[in-house]
Formats: sequence, structure tokens, C-alpha cells
Amino acid sequence: MVVKDIIEILEGEVICEGNLNTEIKTACGSDMMSDVLAFVKDQSVLLTGLVNPQVVRTAEMMDMACIVFVRGKDPDESIVSLAKSRGITLLKTKYRMFTACGLLYSNGLSGGTKV
Amino acid sequence: MSNAIHLHYDVSGDDFTRAGEASGSVKKRLKSLGYNSDAIRRVAIAMYEAEINMVIHANGGYCDVDIYPDRVEILLSDSGPGIPDVDKAMQEGFSTAPDNVRNLGFGAGMGLPNIKKYTDHMKIDTTIGVGTNLYLTVNVNE
Repeated sequence: MVVKDIIEILEGEVICEGNLNTEIKTACGSDMMSDVLAFVKDQSVLLTGLVNPQVVRTAEMMDMACIVFVRGKDPDESIVSLAKSRGITLLKTKYRMFTACGLLYSNGLSGGTKV
Repeated sequence: MSNAIHLHYDVSGDDFTRAGEASGSVKKRLKSLGYNSDAIRRVAIAMYEAEINMVIHANGGYCDVDIYPDRVEILLSDSGPGIPDVDKAMQEGFSTAPDNVRNLGFGAGMGLPNIKKYTDHMKIDTTIGVGTNLYLTVNVNE
């Protein structure tokens, strides 16, 4: 799966465009950034209902290529410009967290950890 | 050792949105020096959690980073309230962060456990009312 596929599956709206052909192997859905930081996964997408610059910083530290804001939340300009400077794609989807995660999971994306 | 690269950052305590800037900058530097991405990520995450801690609990401080060919050493120093019970603070899920910090996505009690997980050596020197020095080492040679 690549970023482009995620946009399609989640009927996402692109807020800030990085490389849409980056391969995505795993996903993580959380509003707690420390929980995200607890499990390093390769080439991951972050789904979150949290909207602040630390979401982008967390993705940056984890080498994540894409962040999806669920429930149609809009990030402000400081978040967008931070993501832009780091080459991270920002999306928003109208789906809620559970549904958005379920849609990606049922399309073959895994959580990347066994438990 | 003469071939160490030394970096210094001041961490502002009153601007939560900027927390992580020092870690991001170290990450970038390590990348440009060609270290492997797994090691870089471990350094970045550990330092980022520590930076967040500094902002949440200690009103900021400073970081000294020494980059050696085989390891990265980081000192994070603050003049905050100190940690009353380090063993307790090391437990997953234990947090003293206020609610407003939880609303920002932190304060899950994973900070110090995450730092320990991603570093090869971690030492906490803390004195109540004086501050905390956190020493981290990450070996970067696979």
C-alpha cells in the first residue's frame, strides 16, 4: 500500500502533500503520542484525533510518511508548515478513528506488532 | 575524544509547540553523517521524550549532545522540581503530568520507560528542588 491508496480508501482530503508513492507497511492509531513512540514500526502511517504540532514531531521521530486526522479535524497553519518542512503528508478523513483504522486493516494494512 | 561532534541546545519551558526541535535537529545531523536509520530513530525518540519531560515538568533546560563514531551521548539538564521516586517514575503508566498535558497527547506514563527502552545506558541524577540530569547513551554501531 502507498500513501495514495490510503487517500482513496479513507476518501481523504490532502492538506499537505509529501511523496504520495511512499510505501506504507504498518499503521498506528492513537491520541497518546507516547504510546505511538513505544513501538517502532517501519514505514508507518499515524491516525489520530489529536491536532497539535507534537503529532508532526512524533511522526518525524518515527520516520512516518503520513498522518491522518480523523473525524474531519483541521490542523492549523503551524502544524501544516511543520509537516511541509519535514516532507510528511497530512490527510483528513471524515471517518472516525475506529472506522478509519478498520478500513485500512481490512484493505491489508497491519498494526505491525504481534500483540 | 577529539573526533566527537558537540551540539548544545536550550530547551524553552514555555512553548510546548517547540518541544522536539532539538531532537529533530540532532536527528537531521545524524542522518547527514550517515548513521543507520534504526540507531538514529532510537536517539531521536529517547531525546524527544526527554525533551517533552523537560518542558512538562521542569520548565525547560538544556541538552548537550556528543556524537562519536560508535555512540551518541546526551545530557539533558534541568532546574526543575526533581523526581521524588525514580523507581515509580520508571513504571509504565505512572504519570504526574497534569490534565492539560494529557490533552496534548502526553502524560501516559510512558516517557521514562520509552527512554530506557531505546537507549543502551540511562542514568538519572535528581535532587528535589534542585533539578534533574538525565544521561543517555545510544550505541550506533550495529
